[in-house]
Amino acid sequence: MQAPSPSLIADNLACRRGDRLLFRRLSFALEPGAACHVTGANGAGKTTLIRAVAGLTTPYAGEVRRIGALALLDERTGLDPDLPLGRALAFWFGLDGAADAAAIMTRLRLDALAEVPVRYLSTGQKKRAALARVLGQAAEVWLLDEPLSGLDTASQGLVSALVREHCAGGGIALIASHQPLDVPGMTSFAIEDFAPAEQEEEA
Amino acid sequence: MITALLRRDLAQFFPFTGSGAALPVVFFVAVAMLFPFAVGPDANLLAKTGGGVVWIAALLAAILPLEKLVARDIELGFFDQLRLRGMAEEAMMAVRLLAHWLSFGPPLVLATFPAAALLKIEGEPFQILVLGLIAGTPGLAAIGLMIAALTASLRAGAALSGLLLIPLALPILIFGAGALARQDQVSLGFVAAISLALVALAPFAAGAAIRAAREN
Repeated sequence: MQAPSPSLIADNLACRRGDRLLFRRLSFALEPGAACHVTGANGAGKTTLIRAVAGLTTPYAGEVRRIGALALLDERTGLDPDLPLGRALAFWFGLDGAADAAAIMTRLRLDALAEVPVRYLSTGQKKRAALARVLGQAAEVWLLDEPLSGLDTASQGLVSALVREHCAGGGIALIASHQPLDVPGMTSFAIEDFAPAEQEEEA
Repeated sequence: MITALLRRDLAQFFPFTGSGAALPVVFFVAVAMLFPFAVGPDANLLAKTGGGVVWIAALLAAILPLEKLVARDIELGFFDQLRLRGMAEEAMMAVRLLAHWLSFGPPLVLATFPAAALLKIEGEPFQILVLGLIAGTPGLAAIGLMIAALTASLRAGAALSGLLLIPLALPILIFGAGALARQDQVSLGFVAAISLALVALAPFAAGAAIRAAREN
């Protein structure tokens, strides 16, 4: 039996942080192969949106419907800081049944770092390690929160390439970032467009 | 997935292999060692009060690993990543409870042998002490896990969890140490019953706590 094709739909979503409404009436529908870029200033609610779409928090209103496994990249690596990188990643690779762990390590230029404890890695190296974890998951839907922050130019190009390949293979990517990505056919929206107007916020 | 997680958790928390080190057990033996120095070498007095000291040392040793028990993995996004893979928070916490208990319960029971020798506890009181610790440490682990999960998102969580554990652990202490004073094994049944109830409750309470911690 073939797995149903992935989709990611947000319907009339509204999220709060504390008692401040960050955005409302936000809807999108992503089909297989679609990439969507969410832009917005710091604190506009990009991370809140990603976490709500991931199902980690309950949105204030609206709902998220998703078909397909989910991979999340955010500022937290999920890797044990005391372990060498190779072993920390091996835990997730083992859990996800990643077939080509060695190839993923090479692709993200992590081979030389396999023996280095995660806490000694730089910001960019940690980001690449987290990307390796995402790749190993082989999930249909990617949620990437600031995937480019802390990365050098070459690695930023690599992220764009990985997203292009993921979408070419029928995957879906929702990317929250204030930096541009080089992905052809990527749609984009600014989260500020869904921020409540001032008087609405008062009410 | 459960076994992989258990193996990882054990590697994290087990004495000597994990980053947690053997601190709680060393602390436990150190208290048992210091007590005779403090009250003098009177064997009768030691045998009479020693059991209570062992229980208090066990209770305090149970507080030591709490700081790292849950908060660190929330900060790492570790539980979030497991959630995305379809694992329930309750299952994560049940595994964590087992790993936490394995990492301090059995080592503590083993450390009771040298501790009891230092405190001149022998014969039946020694049996009651060991059985009591076997029955009581799962309950201490369960209370510890619930508190660690509840206080994980608080700034002063580590200090607070120590304070919170003490009153909640009182029933276990009263029946566990009480069994020693009365030389009866019946109250050990109470200790085991309290422990079982706490162990059954803890994964749900702790799971709800880490879910709630995401919302802020």
